[in-house]
Amino acid sequence: MYKLTVFLLTILMSVSVLAQQTQVQEPLVFKSQEQQERFDQLTKELRCLVCQNQNLADSDAPLAHDLRREVHELLQTGRNDEEIKQFLVDRYGDFVLYRPPVQTNTYLLWFAPLVLFLIGGLVIRASVKKRTALFNANKNSND
Amino acid sequence: MSSRLLPLMAFMALVVLLLVGLKISDKKTQIPSPLIDKPVPAFDLPVLANPSRQMTNESFLGKPYLVNFWGSWCVTCRAEHPVVTDLANLNAVYIIGMNFRDESPDAIAWLQRWGDPYDVSLIDYDGRTSIDFGVYAAPETFLVDPSGTIVFKHLGQLTWDIVENEILPRVASMESGS
Repeated sequence: MYKLTVFLLTILMSVSVLAQQTQVQEPLVFKSQEQQERFDQLTKELRCLVCQNQNLADSDAPLAHDLRREVHELLQTGRNDEEIKQFLVDRYGDFVLYRPPVQTNTYLLWFAPLVLFLIGGLVIRASVKKRTALFNANKNSND
Repeated sequence: MSSRLLPLMAFMALVVLLLVGLKISDKKTQIPSPLIDKPVPAFDLPVLANPSRQMTNESFLGKPYLVNFWGSWCVTCRAEHPVVTDLANLNAVYIIGMNFRDESPDAIAWLQRWGDPYDVSLIDYDGRTSIDFGVYAAPETFLVDPSGTIVFKHLGQLTWDIVENEILPRVASMESGS
C-alpha cells in the first residue's frame, strides 16, 4: 500500500512539473543572455493588471501575454529599462510598478515606517529615562 | 492614568484605519487612468464592416466621440449592450466600437445577433491599440473631446447612471463650448 502511494505521488508530481514547463513556453527569442536577464527582471517588477497580485512573469492572463510581448519588442528596439517602465506607466499608471516611485503622493508610503520607528525609539527612551529615575530614587531612599 | 488610556487610543486609531480601509476597498480595483486629459493614443485600424478601409484617430477629430472596447468573448460587454444601444438611440454622441482581441466573423455574428449600436467598429486584432489606451479589462469606455483629448474613462460595465451623470453632461458642455 505504501509503495503504491509513493508511486502515485511520484507520477502526480512529474505531471505537475510538466504542466509548469508547458506554461512557461512562449515564442520569445532574445538576442543575448543579457537581454533575456533584463526581460526576466522587468517582468518580475511589472504588475499584471488583470490579476493584480501577480507580476507579468508569473501571470498567464491574455493581457500579461500581450504585455510580455510588448516588453520583448521594446527590448529589441534597444530601449533601456527606464524607458520600458515609462511606456507602461504612461498607459497604466504607477500601479503597474511593483516598486512605487518616490514622489509627493508616495512620501507617506515610503517614509511612514521610518517616522514610526523614530516615534517608537522616542517612546522607549522616555520610558527608560522614567524608570531609571524611579530606580535611582528607590535606591537612594533605601540607602 | 494617561498611560492606561494610551493603548485604548491606539486601538481606536487602528479601528478607524480599518473602517476607512473597508470603505474604500471596493474602489481599490479601479485604477485611475493616466490618460485623462491626454491626447487620444494614435491608431490606424481597419473597419470591421469593410477591412480594406483604415481609419485613424485623426478621422474623428472635430466632434466628441466615445471609444467602447468590446469583444464577442466578453460577457460583461453583452451585459452592457442594452445601455450602449439606448445611448446610441439618443444620437447624442458618436460611438466607436473597438473590437479587440477578437475574430472578425465572431464579432460580426455578435453584432447581428444583439444589434449594432456602433457608428463604426474598428478591428484591434492583436490588442495593440488597447494597450495604448491602457485597457486591462473589458469593457472600457473613453470619452474624447473634439480636439482629440480624453476627458473621461469608465472601467467595466456602462450603466445608465454613468451615461446620464458622467457622459451626457460632458458631451453637452463640449457642444455648448464649441
